[in-house]
Amino acid sequence: MLEIRNLHASVDGNEILKGINLTINKGEVHAIMGPNGSGKSTLAKVLAGHPSYEVTGGEVLYYGKNLLDMSPDERAREGVFMAFQYPVEVPGVSNAQFLRLAYNEKQKHLGQEELDPLEFKDLLKEKAALVEMDASFMTRSVNEGFSGGEKKRNEILQMAVLDPKLSVLDETDSGLDIDALRIVAGGVNKLHDPEKAVIVVTHYQRLLNYIVPDFVHVLSAGRIVKEGGKELALELEERGYDWLKNGANKHTAAPVAS
Amino acid sequence: MSTAEILGNREYKYGWVTDIESETIPRGLSEDTVRLISAKKDEPEWMLEFRLKAYRNWLTMKEPRKWPNIEYPEVDFQDMIYYSAPKQKATKASLDEVDPELLRTFEKLGIPLSEQKQLAGVAVDAVFDSVSVATTYKEKLRKVGVIFCSFSEAVREHPEIVRKYLGSVVPTNDNFYAALNSAVFSDGSFCFIPKGVRCPMELSTYFRINNSESGQFERTLIVAEESAYVSYLEGCTAPKFDRNQLHAAVVELVALDDAEIKYSTVQNWYAGDEDGKGGIYNFVTKRGKCAGRNSKISWTQVETGSAITWKYPSCILLGDNSIGEFYSVALTNHAQEADTGTKMIHLGKNTRSTIVSKGIAAGRANNSYRGLVKIMPKAENARNYTQCDSMLIGSNCSANTFPYIEVMNNTSRVEHEASTSKISEEQLFYLMQRGISQEDAVSLIINGFCKDVFLQLPMEFAVEATRLLGLKLEGAVG
Amino acid sequence: MVTELANEKSAYSSALRDLMKVSGEPSWLRELRGSSFDQFERVGFPGVEQEEWKYTNVALIKRTNFTPVVNSNGTALSKRNGLAPFIYDETRDSTFVFVNGIFRDDLSSCNGLSGVVALDLNDALQISEYERVIRASLERNADGDNNGFELLNTALFAGGLFVKIPRGVNLSTPIQLQFVSEPVKGESPAAAFPRVLIVGEENSAATIIESYRATAEGVYLTNAIVDIVLDEGARFQHYKVQRESAGASHIATTRADLGPKASYDTTTINFGAALSRHDIHVTMDHEGASCSVDGLYMVEGSQHTDTHSVIDHRQPHCTSRQLYKGILDGKSRAVFNGKVFVRHGAQQTDAQQTNKNLLLSSEAQIDTKPQLEIYADDVKCTHGAAVGQLEPDELFYLESRGINPALAKNMLTYGFAGEVIEKIQIESIRRELDEAVLNRLHSDLTIDV
Repeated sequence: MLEIRNLHASVDGNEILKGINLTINKGEVHAIMGPNGSGKSTLAKVLAGHPSYEVTGGEVLYYGKNLLDMSPDERAREGVFMAFQYPVEVPGVSNAQFLRLAYNEKQKHLGQEELDPLEFKDLLKEKAALVEMDASFMTRSVNEGFSGGEKKRNEILQMAVLDPKLSVLDETDSGLDIDALRIVAGGVNKLHDPEKAVIVVTHYQRLLNYIVPDFVHVLSAGRIVKEGGKELALELEERGYDWLKNGANKHTAAPVAS
Repeated sequence: MSTAEILGNREYKYGWVTDIESETIPRGLSEDTVRLISAKKDEPEWMLEFRLKAYRNWLTMKEPRKWPNIEYPEVDFQDMIYYSAPKQKATKASLDEVDPELLRTFEKLGIPLSEQKQLAGVAVDAVFDSVSVATTYKEKLRKVGVIFCSFSEAVREHPEIVRKYLGSVVPTNDNFYAALNSAVFSDGSFCFIPKGVRCPMELSTYFRINNSESGQFERTLIVAEESAYVSYLEGCTAPKFDRNQLHAAVVELVALDDAEIKYSTVQNWYAGDEDGKGGIYNFVTKRGKCAGRNSKISWTQVETGSAITWKYPSCILLGDNSIGEFYSVALTNHAQEADTGTKMIHLGKNTRSTIVSKGIAAGRANNSYRGLVKIMPKAENARNYTQCDSMLIGSNCSANTFPYIEVMNNTSRVEHEASTSKISEEQLFYLMQRGISQEDAVSLIINGFCKDVFLQLPMEFAVEATRLLGLKLEGAVG
Repeated sequence: MVTELANEKSAYSSALRDLMKVSGEPSWLRELRGSSFDQFERVGFPGVEQEEWKYTNVALIKRTNFTPVVNSNGTALSKRNGLAPFIYDETRDSTFVFVNGIFRDDLSSCNGLSGVVALDLNDALQISEYERVIRASLERNADGDNNGFELLNTALFAGGLFVKIPRGVNLSTPIQLQFVSEPVKGESPAAAFPRVLIVGEENSAATIIESYRATAEGVYLTNAIVDIVLDEGARFQHYKVQRESAGASHIATTRADLGPKASYDTTTINFGAALSRHDIHVTMDHEGASCSVDGLYMVEGSQHTDTHSVIDHRQPHCTSRQLYKGILDGKSRAVFNGKVFVRHGAQQTDAQQTNKNLLLSSEAQIDTKPQLEIYADDVKCTHGAAVGQLEPDELFYLESRGINPALAKNMLTYGFAGEVIEKIQIESIRRELDEAVLNRLHSDLTIDV
């Protein structure tokens, strides 16, 4: 589904990603972990097409097509979804209005039926139940006045409505208490199926107790320095990131003496 | 494409000209012109006197060409036509007698006038250059006692009401352009809602300037008697001409005890081209008097057109407990300039006013809010709340806020807040990440910014206003 | 009327003639005095038909036959006699005294200041290193933007002061500029024209206290200009405390130009004078500058006070904060006109402005006009203004705790002023203001309750 080859990216002239290689297949859940400043959020934003990040080398193929050639909205309509670490407020625009517009854009793109406000309301109600969101959120402005947890739940609700093929969750666990974390992760799990893939970007192992990854990749200074299965996350939790910085051994989950 | 470019690509859809034979008087302005206009309309003596008095006042006044933030080239008042009317029978028994070309014109503008196609729930007075060509639903309204007709007809048919209220809110010597209007006004709408009547439908006037050399000087008078209610809308467009045209209207509203008038405007006069060539000078005086206790006047405006807009719909809050409101969206692009706001004059006890202004500037445009809140010594417990927000799109435009707050009563409370924002890259990215195109994302953000004002508009107008700002929301339009 | 005008002009023009006789002034200064006076004669004192003077009528100043003070003859003030109460504890050894606008070295004490250049303006002009910057200050807006008062000051100032804080000097002792009005025997009311230029060189830091008092009640005019020029990284605090006598007219212009990363924090207190007008103009023409421009005006009786401030963001990444509060009693009237400009290209500007007013009496009047003029899109600007009275709920709350209504009112008013006062970093000023606010309020209690 997704093929990242030797990806380099920079922001304001500073190179953040220094050659990322990653292959993601349908049905897989990948976790991208790493210390602060390692470039994991940058990777998420580059995949979504954030204008502040400049791709300086490499390529990204999505179903064989060059993802980097597409504008952010095209990527979204093609099924790439990013749950933001800091969801943005859009004053005066209601959640329902915004989501229906986004939903219909995608439907139009796929040549499928668009929904009128009433039909959409039913869809929204059904999806909102997934993340245990109250109907009153729908009439409120997008993210305005939402608590941190509400914003994150709203991100997953959008994911549920837009039904993406590839979801990138950027530090979705940050700022969540344990109950909200469980709701958010439960939503993601319910939405997952063998046709879809998920990339979970996170600093902590905590979220991975709920969304269990098939693969864990550890980023440090813009490169993947270690890869393994879900047990790698537990090891990181226990030992921290420091031991990886000192000449980590790639492609093995075995503990390395520090 | 930048946000500014997106806005820049909006096209003016109403720029065409109707080919119709018109009767015009020679260009230029003199006492004879005033007499001629009055004679054309077969007016009574008192009406002519009103005009002449205004004309004589006007002669002594100076054209305020240099307004604090706006300068415009001198208007040659002798090089303008003050009366231009499509040739047709003077009085029309029914719409069938209206020139089909005129009917087609208004239909093309989205205002069908013929009996079969009339907008449900909205009575329309259609004004073409200097005259009203048709008014719909007149009879239906007459049955409940509401008078809705052209101003000329009102002068003929209801002189006692017109005489009582004309000039009672905006005196003939109020300002340069009001004086000019009082001397040469040609037509406009008149609404009278008698005591206790809630007008069963929206009343609206659609103004169309067609002649390239005429100015438009319409006059509107709305009177709501005790406990009456009316919601009135006005819309306006003009063809694209290279030369600037003057539109100097006067609108007077009077609300007696417990009456309410809601006045909405969607102003879309031709704004001139990208380089600022052509376009309408929109210099209007709009004022309402809350004369009675518990009366309420609410102005809502969406100003998107005109080369220069200079307009301060105001409320004189004379009656105790009366309420004044002003909700405004002003969008300026390219070389447009808007200096608009309101005056809330609190005279009565417990009077309240609310001002919500949203200014959007793009291109090289200049967008200013200028407003006065004045609390007079006897306005015990007066309250005002003002909120002015500006949005700048691109770095060559400007947004200014000039509130004047004058308080002479210590039991009153006045609050003013203003802020400036832009469409942030993060907001755009967020919306686009959800599959919304950049163009729609910009529209969505602007629409959200203006929401508090759009909510005040009647349904049909909210749709129109949204579309005007270049929005494609909810699939509501096109 | 014609005679009055002639008198007024003759008093001012004869003062100009006297000043032209003083030897040693550079020729450009003589010319500047002459041209400023010519301009003044053309434009006169500002009138209410001018937008910037719409709410403040200076007809009384126009009508009064003031005698400009051009030398220090006829005054009796001495260090021991009458001056001490005006000097703050913190500035006992760092005070520059002016009497009727004229700098008096003999009354000043600057033992506590080392590394600071402080010279009579005339003496400083003899030093070519300083002449350029002084000339720039004196000639500022000479092409026509000055109002009648500013023109008259430039034409008639005598014995001003030049202060320079050299590069890197961090002055721990505040400097006080004490302006004293003292009646001149046998003369008509005096008109004083204080003129000061303060230069803060690179990375210098200092605190300036500018204070106006009178030795006796009386009618006089203070017409002052204080210019402040800050180089890169300079950090200045500036307090202006205006407590002129009840019959006085106080007109003052403060102009601060901030260099790159310079910071300028100022608080203006306006308590005195029958008529006061303060024009404060902060220009940020270099990146990274910041300012906070605060003030408190408290007027009663028939006092009139007017603040016109301009905060001019000309370059990117500058920050400004403004908080002005007003307390109005009796038949007093206050005007606040605050302009914030964000010029073309001044991206990343962060500007906030607030003006709040408390009307304590039914006859007081406030006219406030906060203004934003913004020509750049990537900026954060807000302003707000409010006019109100004490909150009945708050009064009731205090009363329900057993506090008598008069005291409750007093406490809340004091709390209103507190937001400005508590930011002042000179303890003596804070104490002085605390007392002044409480005392004044106390005296009002009998009238108001």
